[in-house]
Amino acid sequence: MAITYTSGEQVEVYRFSIPATVLIPLAAVFLQAWLPLRFPFFTIFDLPLLVTIGFATARRSPLAGLLTGGLIGILQDALTHQPIGLYGISKTVVGFGASSLGIKLDVENAGARFLLTIVFYVIHEVVYFMIARGLVGLHMAWSWPHELLSGVANALLGVLVFMLLDRVKQRT
Amino acid sequence: MESVLGRYRNLIVLVGVLFAQILGLAIQVKRTSDNEPTRLIRIWAVGSVSPFEKVLAWAQTSTGNLWHNYFYLRGVRAENRSLKAQIERMSLEQVRMSQDADQARRLQALLAFKEQFISQTVAAQVIGSSGSEQSRSVFIDQGEKNGIKTDMAVITADGVVGKVLRVYRSTSEVLLINDQTSGVGALLEKTRLQGILRGTPSGEVVLEKVMSDETVPAGEQVLTSGGDGIFPKGLLVGAVTKVSPGSELFLNIHVRPAADLSKLEEVLVVTKIDERQAEPDQTNAARAVDILAERLPGVPSKPEVAAPGAAQGSAASEPGAKANAAKAAGSEASSSTTVVKKAPASGPLPTGSSPAKSSTGSPVGSATNSIKASGTNSGSPGSAKPGGATAPVKAPAKPAKPASQPQTQPVQDSPQ
Repeated sequence: MAITYTSGEQVEVYRFSIPATVLIPLAAVFLQAWLPLRFPFFTIFDLPLLVTIGFATARRSPLAGLLTGGLIGILQDALTHQPIGLYGISKTVVGFGASSLGIKLDVENAGARFLLTIVFYVIHEVVYFMIARGLVGLHMAWSWPHELLSGVANALLGVLVFMLLDRVKQRT
Repeated sequence: MESVLGRYRNLIVLVGVLFAQILGLAIQVKRTSDNEPTRLIRIWAVGSVSPFEKVLAWAQTSTGNLWHNYFYLRGVRAENRSLKAQIERMSLEQVRMSQDADQARRLQALLAFKEQFISQTVAAQVIGSSGSEQSRSVFIDQGEKNGIKTDMAVITADGVVGKVLRVYRSTSEVLLINDQTSGVGALLEKTRLQGILRGTPSGEVVLEKVMSDETVPAGEQVLTSGGDGIFPKGLLVGAVTKVSPGSELFLNIHVRPAADLSKLEEVLVVTKIDERQAEPDQTNAARAVDILAERLPGVPSKPEVAAPGAAQGSAASEPGAKANAAKAAGSEASSSTTVVKKAPASGPLPTGSSPAKSSTGSPVGSATNSIKASGTNSGSPGSAKPGGATAPVKAPAKPAKPASQPQTQPVQDSPQ
């Protein structure tokens, strides 16, 4: 009798209910706009980005990841006075990348999520910087220490956000 | 084909979504130029087509030049001479006309001098922000139905905040002065140097276009110049914190905004600005008959009895003259308030003049509190004069009244 072995690790794919899919990004965008009024330092965080990464790594579908990232980014763009598409493009790339990486890696533990968030935060900022300077013509200053520290701060917050998202995701 | 599409489906969708968003960006983004902003997609389209057009035009021009420069030279020299003479005549005429035009503009400016007054404001609460470090704007709870329009100035009691960028039905977006796309016409209070106030990517405010050979002391206040057509002249913007040599020929002047832009709660939107002619101060105008009367023999030039009363009388006449210009600014969040613009403390005005905060109805009794639009202190004719400077001139006017009664008594009592 032939014995077959499964070489690839089975990766769990999750989904979110429709209310969660709609309300969680909206809540993230709302909090991102409202919290800086009370806590000015909150502008270094990017809640919609964390939600994008959380959704993308849970669903593990590049198509869903890029579309979700694009929509969340466009919504975030609408609240700024910059042209619509800056955050849209950045979060589309992050959504695609996070979901593609989620297929290959186990991102269920806190350490992996922490590192993943730092990496994708920096990627997000790099893409935003290139689009803003190259296409839109904004004068932007790049500071590695600032971006890395912001990445660490976002990663710490991201671990908490992912734990909250774990409570609402559903196994397929 | 189907296998390629199926294998690279995700990548194709990614490229398609990114392309669509870049196209959307190109439609929205406008690149500024000397003439007017142009959409990026138009720049790309023109950039891709224009090289071919240039080549065709060059070929056409070369062919035409060959014909005209080589085959069609008859009468060119004579025509050249007559054209040169015509140009010389027209240059002389142009110089004369431009001098006439300059003079006309100067006279027009003198005749049509107008002051700007904030006559109506709408109070608003700050309800949200953009949530991004690259976009410094806030949302307020007043919109189109409250009379808000784009490019209206937004201020607080402390100073200028920004301008209305977009208006929705019941909310508006306000672009703060520390945003990098913001620009405010500004001038320095004492030195009267004009510049442009801009935000930086880090959220600071700098004053640009001030020549590097000028002296700008730290701590000097920065006011709006009115040159941008949005903010009335004379509003407080902030204070100079640091001055350093900048790029090219200009200084790098850092300004600390007077209003705390990170903790905005309530703001005022300037919904109406009135313009009216600068009226000369008629209250203490000396009449010709009074001046002549003082020259008559027997009439003392400076009567001792009448002088104190005359000085008090002329000072008492100041509130009446200045009360028209001063109106209390309510600090409560009322639906419409009347705010009086402050005058910059420079020129003849003492430095004690304060911004147009809520003066609680106390009569403006002295020239120090004369709150009018700036510019009158720059020496324009007929502008408000400080009462102190004119009081001695006006004193003889008062003795004209008592001249018929007790005026004669001091004359009789004086030893003769």
